[in-house]
Amino acid sequence: MKIALFVTCLSDALFPEVGKAVVTLLERLGHEVAFPAAQTCCGQMHVNTGYRREALGLVRHHVETFEPYDVIVAPSGSCVGSVRHQHADVARAAGDDALAARAEAVAARTHELSELLVDVLGVEDVGAYYPHRVTYHPTCHSLRMLHVGDKPLRLLRHVRGMTLLELPGADQCCGFGGTFAVKNADTSTAMLADKMSHVLSTGAEAVSAGDSSCLMHIGGGLSRLRTGTRAVHLAEILASSEASR
Amino acid sequence: MTDLGMPLLRAPRGVGHLRGDKSFPAAARDALADSQLRRNLGHATSTIRAKRATVVAERADWEQLRAAGSAIKAATMAHLDEHLERLEAEVTRRGGVVHWARDANEANEIVTRLVAATGSREVVKVKSMATQEIGLNEALEAAGVTAQETDLAELIVQLGGDLPSHILVPAIHRNRAEIREIFLREMPGVDPALTDEPRRLAMAARAYLRERFLRADVAISGANFGVADTGSLVVVESEGNGRMCLTLPRTLITVMGIEKVVPTWQDLEVFLQLLPRSSTGERMNPYTSVWTGVTPGDGPAEVHLVLLDNGRTATLADDVGRAALHCIKCSACLNVCPVYERTGGHAYGSVYPGPIGAVLSPQLTGVEDNASLPFASSLCGACFEACPVRIDIPSLLVRLRSQHVEARREASRVPSAEAVAMAAAAWTMSDPGRFAAAEKASRLGRVFGRRSGRLTTLPPPLSAWTAGRDAPRPPAETFREWWARERG
Repeated sequence: MKIALFVTCLSDALFPEVGKAVVTLLERLGHEVAFPAAQTCCGQMHVNTGYRREALGLVRHHVETFEPYDVIVAPSGSCVGSVRHQHADVARAAGDDALAARAEAVAARTHELSELLVDVLGVEDVGAYYPHRVTYHPTCHSLRMLHVGDKPLRLLRHVRGMTLLELPGADQCCGFGGTFAVKNADTSTAMLADKMSHVLSTGAEAVSAGDSSCLMHIGGGLSRLRTGTRAVHLAEILASSEASR
Repeated sequence: MTDLGMPLLRAPRGVGHLRGDKSFPAAARDALADSQLRRNLGHATSTIRAKRATVVAERADWEQLRAAGSAIKAATMAHLDEHLERLEAEVTRRGGVVHWARDANEANEIVTRLVAATGSREVVKVKSMATQEIGLNEALEAAGVTAQETDLAELIVQLGGDLPSHILVPAIHRNRAEIREIFLREMPGVDPALTDEPRRLAMAARAYLRERFLRADVAISGANFGVADTGSLVVVESEGNGRMCLTLPRTLITVMGIEKVVPTWQDLEVFLQLLPRSSTGERMNPYTSVWTGVTPGDGPAEVHLVLLDNGRTATLADDVGRAALHCIKCSACLNVCPVYERTGGHAYGSVYPGPIGAVLSPQLTGVEDNASLPFASSLCGACFEACPVRIDIPSLLVRLRSQHVEARREASRVPSAEAVAMAAAAWTMSDPGRFAAAEKASRLGRVFGRRSGRLTTLPPPLSAWTAGRDAPRPPAETFREWWARERG
């Protein structure tokens, strides 16, 4: 199957390993990955900070870039949530109903990584090997906007060599929230402190999630305190194999 | 927005409790430093969350109930004027007197005048959000009337010279040791040997309140619902203290927000199932009081209903924002909110705290008077999931954020630093060439954090990030560069 990768601006600029992992994983599963080079950003930060007007150009650009593809994947529940739940609204609010309809069509073909694997490709055992103790944070938008449920966990349970540890209070927000992390830095950090306590209580070497943004937040806190626990994206675990190590 | 050709009347300044004196981030900073508060809140919210989850799980039709609640509210709001006139007609026909209050000042004047007419200098109060919203106790006090709160938690708040911090559990920020101290300090005639055993504390409050119930001539209440069909008013509570107020005094004055009307008893049935499970985590609340006008020889001989607008019509004018008026004040969204759980209610500066407060208060006052509240959320979505009437609070928050940004744009020709940054980012990111160039430029940041592979200090506004978190060091090669090199 030919799958277009929407790598997301954050992973592109700061976490390229996540994009590479998606490519490695999908190619190992026998699929062809395309990277539409014109892609930039879904505009979620603009919408969520109140700059809906500025987001319109980003939405149009995203729709034009991904319109030619039948299957689109992004390693982020949050960005897929924006594509699926915000893009058409932004277009409609600007009075562009034609763009809204096109955005809806692109959104219907856009999948978060665990959705693509389990729902579209019908695979739970991706042949991964990752000999570490890992706990999984499900991330709010994957959980409550996309309703991915236990799909990431079903994928992780098949990873060989890995010990999956249950995260207490898993469904609680880590406190990232985009510009919330900066505008309400104190509250955000208080939420992070509790998330880190829960992560550390599991004794895991690594905390995983399906969003680079939440991982940047949790990982940034764990690193600041020199906890020795690292953040690793779901895609990186699933891409890891005995051959690649 | 529907233009009705009339100015939208918001809740006036200088009266009531809908505006704080600090922005949310500043007020939250103080609250976060209070370790006792953090502990009390964490314990109380997690207890209520667990109780709610249990009783909600018992109902296989919970999602249908939520959908029904949402649909009834939406349909009622669409013809709110007709339902209110019906309510007025039915209350009047059954011997009650209906008053219309455009805002907090008018409502306070009406109630104060009604109390003065009875000659009473003391009133007992049923726990009510509407009267807190308009600052009725302060207005009565200015007129020389003592308003006695009779809900146990409201009593604790009142004796402590404090403000409520939760819609349903106003003293959630206090633990029993603190409550004992407040009672010993402020409650006349209290037993000096009082312990912090919950039963002993309740008995002390009971003795104190009983005396006041028996001598009161006037009671003031809010209403959870007003049934238009029969003109019946409904108060739902746990303690029975409300029932005492609603039945013993000669005069009963009820202040009800206009959004509280439901057309029929059949509609009420849905909400009486949704409300207790969502609020206290009970299948049914202990006391549900319903009164319909005046019943000679049974209960108050004089019954008044004050219908309060105070920004509600203005809220109703926004075709999306009006969903905030569907709220039945259960506070399920507060109990599941990770922000509320850590900051408590006072940080919101309004009697309506938490997620629902963050979308309701700015609409009642006008968004610029509560501009920091729509941003007091990580948009995690837990509130929407818990709301018994399916209010999409995250989407409302985002909408209000846009309204704030637009209001700022209109108010000043000089854009804020944030607006400039957002416009620059949108310009950069709407073109892949510009975006790639910006990524290259950000790599300059690699000279910092070279040794550790992480950035520990960044300039403002990103310094707010690095105050508590490391930032990733930009990689040597972006994904698109890798792709171009490997696959291009």
